[in-house]
Amino acid sequence: MIAGSRRWLLAALAAAFAVSWFSPHYNRYYLGVAMDVGIAVIMAVSLNLINGHTGQFSLGHAGFMAVGGFTAAKLTMLTSNAFFPLSLLFGGLMAACVGLIVGVPSLRLKGDYLAIVTLGFGEIIRVVFQNSQAFGAATGLTGIPKLTTLFWTWGAAAVTVYVVTSLVNSTYGRGFICVHDDEVAAAAIGVSPTRYKVTAFVVGAFFAGVAGGLYAHHKQVMQPDGFGFIRSIDFVVMVILGGMGRTAGVIAAAIVLTLLPEFLRVREFASYRMIIYSLLIIGLMMARPQGLFTFGKKSASSV
Amino acid sequence: MSASLLLDRVTLRFGGLTAVSELTLSVAGQELVGLIGPNGAGKTTVFNLITGVYAPTAGAITFNGRPTARLKAPQLARLGIARTFQNIRLFGSLSVFDNVRAAVQLHRPHGIRDALWRGRGFRKAEEAVAGQVMEILDIFRLAKLRDEPATSLPYGDQRRLEIVRALATRPRLLLLDEPAAGMNPTEKLDLMKLIRFVKDKFQIAVLLVEHDMQVVMGICQRVAVLDYGVKIAEGTPDQVRSDPKVIEAYLGDDHED
Amino acid sequence: MQWFLQQLINGLALGSIYALIALGYTMVYGVLGFINFAHCDVLMLGAFAASFLAAPVARVLAPQSYCGAAVIILLAAGLCALIGMLIEFLAYRPLRRRPKLTVLITAIGVSLFLEFTCQHPAVFGAATRPFPKLIPQRDCQWRGLSFNTNDIGVLLVTVLLLVALWWIVRRTRIGVAMRAVSFNESAAALMGVNINRVISFTFALGSALAAVAGVFYAMRAPGIEPLMGVQPGLRAFTAAVVGGIGNLPGAALGGVLIGLLETFAGGIPGLSDYRDGIAFAILILILLFKPAGLLGKAQVEKV
Repeated sequence: MIAGSRRWLLAALAAAFAVSWFSPHYNRYYLGVAMDVGIAVIMAVSLNLINGHTGQFSLGHAGFMAVGGFTAAKLTMLTSNAFFPLSLLFGGLMAACVGLIVGVPSLRLKGDYLAIVTLGFGEIIRVVFQNSQAFGAATGLTGIPKLTTLFWTWGAAAVTVYVVTSLVNSTYGRGFICVHDDEVAAAAIGVSPTRYKVTAFVVGAFFAGVAGGLYAHHKQVMQPDGFGFIRSIDFVVMVILGGMGRTAGVIAAAIVLTLLPEFLRVREFASYRMIIYSLLIIGLMMARPQGLFTFGKKSASSV
Repeated sequence: MSASLLLDRVTLRFGGLTAVSELTLSVAGQELVGLIGPNGAGKTTVFNLITGVYAPTAGAITFNGRPTARLKAPQLARLGIARTFQNIRLFGSLSVFDNVRAAVQLHRPHGIRDALWRGRGFRKAEEAVAGQVMEILDIFRLAKLRDEPATSLPYGDQRRLEIVRALATRPRLLLLDEPAAGMNPTEKLDLMKLIRFVKDKFQIAVLLVEHDMQVVMGICQRVAVLDYGVKIAEGTPDQVRSDPKVIEAYLGDDHED
Repeated sequence: MQWFLQQLINGLALGSIYALIALGYTMVYGVLGFINFAHCDVLMLGAFAASFLAAPVARVLAPQSYCGAAVIILLAAGLCALIGMLIEFLAYRPLRRRPKLTVLITAIGVSLFLEFTCQHPAVFGAATRPFPKLIPQRDCQWRGLSFNTNDIGVLLVTVLLLVALWWIVRRTRIGVAMRAVSFNESAAALMGVNINRVISFTFALGSALAAVAGVFYAMRAPGIEPLMGVQPGLRAFTAAVVGGIGNLPGAALGGVLIGLLETFAGGIPGLSDYRDGIAFAILILILLFKPAGLLGKAQVEKV
């Protein structure tokens, strides 16, 4: 897949820059939605590395987003707007550290236990921020400068896709899928399940943190309540619908699932929005569980 | 490339039950050793002891002088011990090519950073890997199937692929866990040829745990017989075959001869 | 010392509620092998059912009587048992042969569906509404300690229900069938066990217990609202995992443990703000040392 090549990345970044250049001419509302989509793509693709490729069922991804968002927002507000790119980076790094902490207990746990532990970590993160005066306690941080642009969101999305794809498609990266398929066999050929699981968590958490930083400087508000279990589920559903492990499908799912509520909102289905969303999930699981965006056989060496 | 596995009076107890008792066994150089015994004799337990699933209650297991007691599977692989499984464990999501490629990565020189940077060094290394994979697939006549999903192969080919994958880690000792399980006579003959070929071509030691007499007696240079966790006989296939203790252990037991 | 005993009773009452909910989670996990995310919403439905039944029952029997309360609880439990069976029949049975992840996501969908449907203005609305008093609440004094009759009632009823459950699981045919199915479904089917009936019964039982827990929870809470089941559900779920998922005494034990710890932590200034995270912190600590839960059996994978 060409997504793994550097040329693709540069082209994507250039395209993002070009489109973003004309932002002042775009409708404010649609611009915002476009940025939401970019952020969702980052979250979904980063979660896909953990859940889809490596097969670790993580239900706390929103927690990493929160860590990144709060860190980045605080840094920008303490320093200056020019610090924004570095804030994003630090947000990602902080989230990566937390990913390391979450990854370590995950080593010994499987399936449902892992799911509940990651859920627990997500909730603990939320509770910590809710009680932390430095981050605004329950109200959270407000008045965050609006620094996120189309370039930053879609550029970061391109980088995320590039990193995850090139990682997984390399000889080293095949190890993630080995761990997903059969840990015992993987260990027998020298692929350490421990190392790969932790790596997946750390890399996935990093990008979730960056997405959090982008989110913070887009919505201009960071409230702990918005990063709980339900939020994590949003991203898990994207990964599932996209086909668990197929980056292209996951991206498509992220786009559709972010646009769908907007579409339903506009058509005055507002009060039925979430009801329809939940029925959609159930319906899809019954009718097409392999994901909506999976066509053709899952070819082994593809993305 | 010599190997030397030594089990020195190894005992394994589970509470009151003694699964393996004072077992002394060695596999050296380029030997092809077979481990047989009636059902429940403890063959798989010995296997699990060697591969670190269980730790011995007494005695020691060393490989090339190094104790293997606390080592985990990836570390054993690095030391040069490779294994196959009783129930074939291939990576279902991956192609034939990638199953072997994943095993080659044990000795690859680059890591995560190179995978991301994708510089020229990386490309060269990936080409070398691809070359190694195709080479070994060619030897075992699996090259044409390289892009097929591993689990879509016929059973015999899957078994072959599993052995090829194990060999891709460049081991010094290959442990085969009942490779003939579920095979018809033709497939078994192919397997015997395959194992002999592997031993000669790659010059490694092979320890074969097997239930099937035809396979074991046909290719092993030395055979050890286990019964209720105790080694009751050891020698060449002919010696073992005519040993009265062995015959007695198998009396009443269904076996092919 | 007084403070300690006070918290103890409080904690036991809360723990009993969690235990009742946890039993439902663990029973379903035992027979079907997945976590029923919609379980916590059944407890919400039980509370709402009770609140609607209070007035009519009070007209027939005496208002705020023990007899009336018992009738209300029985009716609510019966209703929820039916709802539980309906959910299983519609949403989970068609997916019986599918991978566990599919069912898990469907369960999440069902949970969201119930929550958002109930939040709709045409149904219950999102606002918290007061819960009617079912029984006269008296505070009695005994050796300097003040007891709330509600708490005593909760404890007594829970013990009664636990005994009844123990009797069902150990002494009746359906109970034996339940255990058989949780051990080995195909073998049980071969032995002539009607799997569908056993599973329906399991859901009915778990849902009934959840309904009772819902009523008790509502009596302690400031009011009822459609999302009221989420937090207690998460705690109870944690309790089930702590005790070893699939293990009935473990679930009860875990529930009481979580309830006690949460209450004591709530009484300690400084720690009380972190109440929501306490249960999860406990869970993670326990799973770190005992990956299969307190009473769970570690599954050694046979190679």
